[in-house]
Amino acid sequence: MNQVPATKGHMNSKPEGFELFLLRLRKKMVSIDPYLTVAGIGLWLFAYWVLCEGLEIWRFTKLPGPVAISKDWFSTTPFQGISIFTLEYYDHIFVSCQRILFAFGLATGLGVPLGLFMGWSRKIRDYVFPIIETLRPIPILAWVPLSILLLPGFEGPVIFLATLASFFVTTLNAMLGVDSIDEEYFRAAGCLGSSRWDIFRHVVVPGALPFIFTGLQISIGVAWFSLVAAEMVSGDLGLGYLIVDAYMNNVTVPMVIAMITLGFIGYFSSACVRTLGNKLMAWHVKELAQQGR
Amino acid sequence: MAGKSHKKEQTGALSIKNVTKIYDPSGVNVKAVDDCSMEIAAGEVCMIVGPSGCGKTTLLNAIAGFHSITEGSIHLDGDLLCGPGKPKAEQSAERMVVFQHGALFPWKTLQENVAYGPTVQSAMSAGEAMEKAGQMLAEAGLGQFIKKYPGEVSSGMARRAEIVRALINDPKVLLLDEPYRAMDALTKQIMHESLLETYDRTGVTIFFITHDLEEAIFLGDKVHVVTTRPCQLKKTVEVRIPRPRSFETQSSEEFRTLLEEVNEAVHEEAVKAFQAGEREMA
Repeated sequence: MNQVPATKGHMNSKPEGFELFLLRLRKKMVSIDPYLTVAGIGLWLFAYWVLCEGLEIWRFTKLPGPVAISKDWFSTTPFQGISIFTLEYYDHIFVSCQRILFAFGLATGLGVPLGLFMGWSRKIRDYVFPIIETLRPIPILAWVPLSILLLPGFEGPVIFLATLASFFVTTLNAMLGVDSIDEEYFRAAGCLGSSRWDIFRHVVVPGALPFIFTGLQISIGVAWFSLVAAEMVSGDLGLGYLIVDAYMNNVTVPMVIAMITLGFIGYFSSACVRTLGNKLMAWHVKELAQQGR
Repeated sequence: MAGKSHKKEQTGALSIKNVTKIYDPSGVNVKAVDDCSMEIAAGEVCMIVGPSGCGKTTLLNAIAGFHSITEGSIHLDGDLLCGPGKPKAEQSAERMVVFQHGALFPWKTLQENVAYGPTVQSAMSAGEAMEKAGQMLAEAGLGQFIKKYPGEVSSGMARRAEIVRALINDPKVLLLDEPYRAMDALTKQIMHESLLETYDRTGVTIFFITHDLEEAIFLGDKVHVVTTRPCQLKKTVEVRIPRPRSFETQSSEEFRTLLEEVNEAVHEEAVKAFQAGEREMA
């Protein structure tokens, strides 16, 4: 056929790698978006400062303002015990992250295969789905007493609760992911001579991947949510424990530091999941890009 | 390629005998196909034309093994595909389907898509299959795009790759369900020429469903006009325009006469279908 070799030279002149990154950055800097973000954060901090420290509005005086928090947070000798220079701060972060990694890994390792099998096989769905749908609406805090009765120590119940919450989200999304696959792909795979196992590997798994990763982003958020709840009720360390412990001891600065830290780590962890998803689904990213999204 | 000698001239004869298909017989009871018979010779391009929702796709699904039939039988080269005691045919690479909306796996590159069939059938090693796939795509003019995902190429390119994906398995019959439906007239023209070129090279039997009468006459050896639901054979028009055909063929006197003949038969059915308010069904 008539290929047009001229296009090749044209493609070579496209910027790649670092050059492309610089080009994108420059384009972004001339648009209004990054300034809006900065202005938004600034405005929010200013309002916070006005309420707590500027005008000292009633009730807000009980809260530490942005100045008090940053003074302690970045101080080598914090008044209220927690700063980026104290080992204790990192102990709490480390323990919470470790628990999340374990719980999220467990929930993903169990939830994704189960969801995929539920989507793939009518029989497995009939067995499992009603039970999952009954257990799923039970709020995670309602599981606290049971988990303490059932599991020994501090670690067991905390991880159980975090795992449980993200497990339901992951399973359901993996199952819906299989449901979302167009029937024609199954038919095409059948025509091409696939065994049932080939269909599972080459159609069910990749076809459900976009839904699975949407689910994982939600599930890691849910894992953090339930982890902190669990640490507040039953724990010896961790950011959730730090919040409650600080509150009990009437030191409000570590409480807010722990909250903000949770926000940052949560943001970071779901960005990691998103990045991994985009790496695994180059086809999906490119397809969306073609549609101008 | 070996296909030049029309090596499949002897295989791929489809025989559809008194096929009836009733969806949900104990419930809604929709008769999609009623006592429909057709003979399709090996290496023939057979075009099925009929109004929307008339049951053409049902017939294709029965041949492909996606659906069962209620009565009658379908044979391929004398072997029973489905019939009494065996309502549903097995899905097999000897009967390859090209789908209406396109069914290339979006998560595989064009090359991986084409290599998929021979790999899962263990007909070739993965490496051989990829090499053959790359070669066949290049022959179809897609050499630059083998590493692209289907979402990155035009619908015409994707459809062409899908036909390559079917042909790499050496099918006896190619089943096409309105594959060019959503395309503009100009792209369609290019797709037609490329399909004819493929046909001249391989001589594979083609079972092609369409609404487009010009398409039917331009591509087909025979045009089977079917009635509105339930689907029955209404009229068969033979197209004796010699191959290879080019787009100039479409302005010939012969072509116009055939078009009128087919149009007359279809129009009547289209009016009936419209009045019945038939909905498209799979």
